[in-house]
Amino acid sequence: MASLSTEVVACPDCDLLQRIPALSPGEAACCPRCGRKLATCNPGSLERTTALAVAAAIAFLVTNMEPLMGLSLAGREASTTIAGGVWQMWEQGEKITALLIALFAVIAPALQIGFLLAILLSVRRPPAPRWVGTLLRWVQIAGSWSMVEVMMLGILVSLVKIAAIARVVPGIGIFAAGGLILLLAAMSSSFDPREAWSRVRWVNGEGPRRTLPSFGSDAAEAGR
Amino acid sequence: MNAVARTGLREGFVSCEACGLLSRPVGAEEPGECPRCGEALEFRRRNAIQRTWALVITAAICYLPANILPVVRTTTLTSEETDTIISGVVRLYASGSWYLALILLIASVMIPLAKLSALAYLLITVQRGAVRNNRERARLYRVMEIIGRWSMVDVFAATFAVGLVRLRPLMSVAPRPGVLFFSAVVVLTIIAAESFDPRLIWDSSHGKQETND
Repeated sequence: MASLSTEVVACPDCDLLQRIPALSPGEAACCPRCGRKLATCNPGSLERTTALAVAAAIAFLVTNMEPLMGLSLAGREASTTIAGGVWQMWEQGEKITALLIALFAVIAPALQIGFLLAILLSVRRPPAPRWVGTLLRWVQIAGSWSMVEVMMLGILVSLVKIAAIARVVPGIGIFAAGGLILLLAAMSSSFDPREAWSRVRWVNGEGPRRTLPSFGSDAAEAGR
Repeated sequence: MNAVARTGLREGFVSCEACGLLSRPVGAEEPGECPRCGEALEFRRRNAIQRTWALVITAAICYLPANILPVVRTTTLTSEETDTIISGVVRLYASGSWYLALILLIASVMIPLAKLSALAYLLITVQRGAVRNNRERARLYRVMEIIGRWSMVDVFAATFAVGLVRLRPLMSVAPRPGVLFFSAVVVLTIIAAESFDPRLIWDSSHGKQETND
């Protein structure tokens, strides 16, 4: 968006005032002082992210409904889903840990995908209502607590441990979880929150103003 | 780089932590709310240093029981074994999966320690007004934010072992209290990293020559 190309920002990590230069597709602007990435130019970001978020939602449902792994030992079998693991933790007295696991592995990713889809659908016709701004804040929080990739490594570790004593069969859920990790990563990296914020109606009802002075001396560094 | 950097704080501008909008608040005492998203504005995160210290110390205290107490108990027909984080790593190493043992050692033992020391180092240097190695300290903070979540691996592993292995009386796995302390360490260090304000690293260099070379 052309209006963004002259935006003055303060780096969130070091507070240096700087102007975001005009970026060509694929370029990113980084703070010259601390190196923090400030802006990216990602044409079609919202459309691509919508597609990835829909795919992630499907992978999320499969991950949570299908067994992650099965086990057979001396003719007996058992299998578990994410919810099954959480439930066993709860049943056996580790209630806080059970809630944390549910939060990191199920609730946070669900909210991350759900909020992002709601944001993406409502910013298609700007100006988007103000609650989209609230969701933009929440999606960031949900994303920071969503740990599907860590869960996957945890599952692999316990698979190896258990495989030493019993026969372990990977379930459909574990493959869906693998896909979900890739889709969540692609979804987060293709999403451009600056673009979304620029389409949200302002709280004070006025909308974008450009009353800030120009900072010709300190411009963010553009680079790939 | 000019000797004195033009920062938002010096020039009287405040950047919204939620939407990134730069605005000039009316009064420096009460910056008010962001005109775009309505989030309360702050020049710096409130009580960042005290809050981060409190969380770091609490996490450090929990780190001891997290490593001493057992995290899981495996019961079979003939034996009953309890494992702490460390003995789980040793067991994995002994069973030949040295690469997984290494991953667990790094994720469960080294990352929390590294994170606590890194936060303590950042807090001490900020409190002493250090102006050196700003860029390196900023990078340390960023790396720490990314790797912190990986310490949760062992808790996830325990959860799935507990969920899967319930073939009583043949074999079953039950959680032990160490799991709770361990998750507490991870969650507390994540919140600690978030309550620290990386802009404090750069604030001390105001009015002094940049000695960051």
